[in-house]
Amino acid sequence: MTAAFVAGAEGPPEVSLKRRLKRAERARQFKALALVLPLLVFLLFTFLGPIAGMLWRSVDDWEVPQVLPHTVSALANWDGKDLPDEKAYAALAADIQSARAAGTVAIAAKRLNYSVNGFRTILTSTARNLKTAPEPGTAKDTLIKINPAWGERSSWAAIKGASGPVTSFYLLASLDLTRNVDGQVVAAPEDQSIYRDVFARTFTISFGVTALCLLLGFPVAYLLANLPAGRSNLLLIFVLLPFWTSLLVRTCAWIVILQSEGIVNDSLRWLGVIDEPLRLIYNRFGVYVAMTHVLLPFMILPLYSVMKSISPAYMRAAASLGAPPVTAFLRIYLPQTLPGIGAGGLLVFILALGYYITPALVGGAGDQMISYFIAFYTTETVNWGLASALGAVLLLATLVLAVVYGKLVHGQQTTGGMKN
Amino acid sequence: MDGGMVASTQALVRFVGVQKTYDGEHLVVKNLDLDIRKGEFLTLLGPSGSGKTTTLMMLAGFEVPTHGEIFLADRPIKNMPPHKRDIGMVFQNYALFPHLTIEENVAFPLTVRKTPKAEIKDRVQAALRMIKLENLAHRRPGQLSGGQQQRVALARALVFNPQLVLMDEPLGALDKRLREHMQLEIKHLHETMGITVVYVTHDQSEALTMSDRIAVFNDGIVQQIDRPDALYERPVNSFVANFIGENNVLHGSVENIEQGYCRVALAAGGSVVAQAVNVAGSGAATALSIRPERISILMDGEATDSPNRLPATVQDTIYLGDHALAILQVAGNGEFMVKLPPGAHAALGHGQAVSITFRPEDCRALDPV
Repeated sequence: MTAAFVAGAEGPPEVSLKRRLKRAERARQFKALALVLPLLVFLLFTFLGPIAGMLWRSVDDWEVPQVLPHTVSALANWDGKDLPDEKAYAALAADIQSARAAGTVAIAAKRLNYSVNGFRTILTSTARNLKTAPEPGTAKDTLIKINPAWGERSSWAAIKGASGPVTSFYLLASLDLTRNVDGQVVAAPEDQSIYRDVFARTFTISFGVTALCLLLGFPVAYLLANLPAGRSNLLLIFVLLPFWTSLLVRTCAWIVILQSEGIVNDSLRWLGVIDEPLRLIYNRFGVYVAMTHVLLPFMILPLYSVMKSISPAYMRAAASLGAPPVTAFLRIYLPQTLPGIGAGGLLVFILALGYYITPALVGGAGDQMISYFIAFYTTETVNWGLASALGAVLLLATLVLAVVYGKLVHGQQTTGGMKN
Repeated sequence: MDGGMVASTQALVRFVGVQKTYDGEHLVVKNLDLDIRKGEFLTLLGPSGSGKTTTLMMLAGFEVPTHGEIFLADRPIKNMPPHKRDIGMVFQNYALFPHLTIEENVAFPLTVRKTPKAEIKDRVQAALRMIKLENLAHRRPGQLSGGQQQRVALARALVFNPQLVLMDEPLGALDKRLREHMQLEIKHLHETMGITVVYVTHDQSEALTMSDRIAVFNDGIVQQIDRPDALYERPVNSFVANFIGENNVLHGSVENIEQGYCRVALAAGGSVVAQAVNVAGSGAATALSIRPERISILMDGEATDSPNRLPATVQDTIYLGDHALAILQVAGNGEFMVKLPPGAHAALGHGQAVSITFRPEDCRALDPV
């Protein structure tokens, strides 16, 4: 043993040792990789792939370059200060004619209609009325005669703005911004500015739900963590019970309970507390109640697991050192539950941000959260660009929050001195 | 021999008829009367489940006596919450607050008392200097070794000058060397600061090393409370004799009692003269207690002036460096131990027939077990 060791040390010493270490490590790393590979592949196709696709769709601008390729290249050097030259008009006329033949006018019309309301009509009417290719040199006059909009700079700016390959149009739109005729970023017209409000509402509701969950969950978690094992297990089953029923059923149960002819209103009327039924559902109140109920376990469980690991000896020590119960709680117990509050809070907040069904069922028109609009644009109007952009903004906001949380938690060390 | 510190006879703590039950059927502490003197180092020693920790918890205020009263400096404290008792406590696993630095941990009892900031700083510095950990003031407990954490727990319990310090098996989690070192350190702190310490342990050598007095607990009762040497030399019953140090037991019955001594007929035949310490009277069963170092081995008809001489057979000898042990078969007891000077065991061989002798005053007739 000693001989082998000495011989190894005598050889080319450090290099060989390092290499051997690397080789040993590599085998272990391969093993680890092989173990997680199936999950990685699964995630790549079902999670990372779709997210990347969604992010791409939020900036992808393919419709106009595909349908009007010659117009796009003719406008490449247009400075946008005046109407474009005859060549661009000729290119547009040719593109419209070939698009009409291919039946793709509607694709470009839909995209351009996002930028300028009514563009669909301009393009389709032009396509309908442009029977033959205009004589060389008369394209400009012909088009303007068919539709005077072609004599306006804004129409051409819209085409240039949508000429791809990537655009900031959807992302700006999801933040209630747009580009004017000169390409500057300005606030969108007031009647189209809804997303900032929706984002603010989404964050407000999520924050409110998180706060309510913390308020209601903290005492329950404390009780669970401090009861004898038998009884705390029984209570834990009640906490987990909601997980065994579908989200839809739980939400519908709240409709039954809270509606005007529901249990709560009937009971209150029977007791004579109220004459008219209270409006408890299809408003913000209903959203808070139902979402808090659904998300409460996600707050209780992390809190419980953290509290379970806090030895009762800490509170005893604090008391023996002269701290009254409230002081001991605030200065010794509460700070040690912060990782649980952070984890539970982040979990509930992020889950709440993405809530769709519950607010859709128990909320009013003014209580719909961002997911509702994402779903609306994907399933109703098939505006994937805007839906993806809204999703991208939500994802970014969530990531920022997660990073901030990570920094906060990393900043304070909570490894205990208790060995049991 | 009071550990260099003469404890005053004034009682700081008095347990009066204290009983404690958790289930309403079984008393964990049965009728405890105990005085703890100001400035003394009192150890509650006993096996697990003997009631010593419950006693400490009642004193700290974490358990309420079912019956009886506890007085601290002549004030009844049965219903006083722990944070008002002004008792420092060192816990079994230190219970250092993991989210606070060492400095903040030691400052905690002062900050909750709203001590002025400058004074807190000075006292914390002094406390950290006392435990020689000034350079680790800004670390967190998780970054310290077990021994260092123990010292911080000690500093934290002492920094607010409590009238009483309780220690609940504070050295249980440390390895042997560190434990012995800390025993001396705690003892030294007690002597220099003149504080009153109540210390709970199940380790008898720890109790013997550190204490001014030891209360031996068993089955919810204080079996004996005395100085360490008295406990060892003069146990009043078989439990104490067996629990403290090595002990040889011989069973027999009392034949007669005369002037504090009795003649005991051994169950296995033969008779010896012993001090009558805890015997019911003539004819009563008794267990004799003889310490291994109080016995001599007689070879080949050596004479003795003691009335006690018993035949023995050597079972085994054990060499222990500074001394040696002979394991003998004596009067039906196959684990009868005799302590020998180093080297003396060489003359003894397995199965050899010898005789043993001991003085009547070194043999105590106690209650039968």
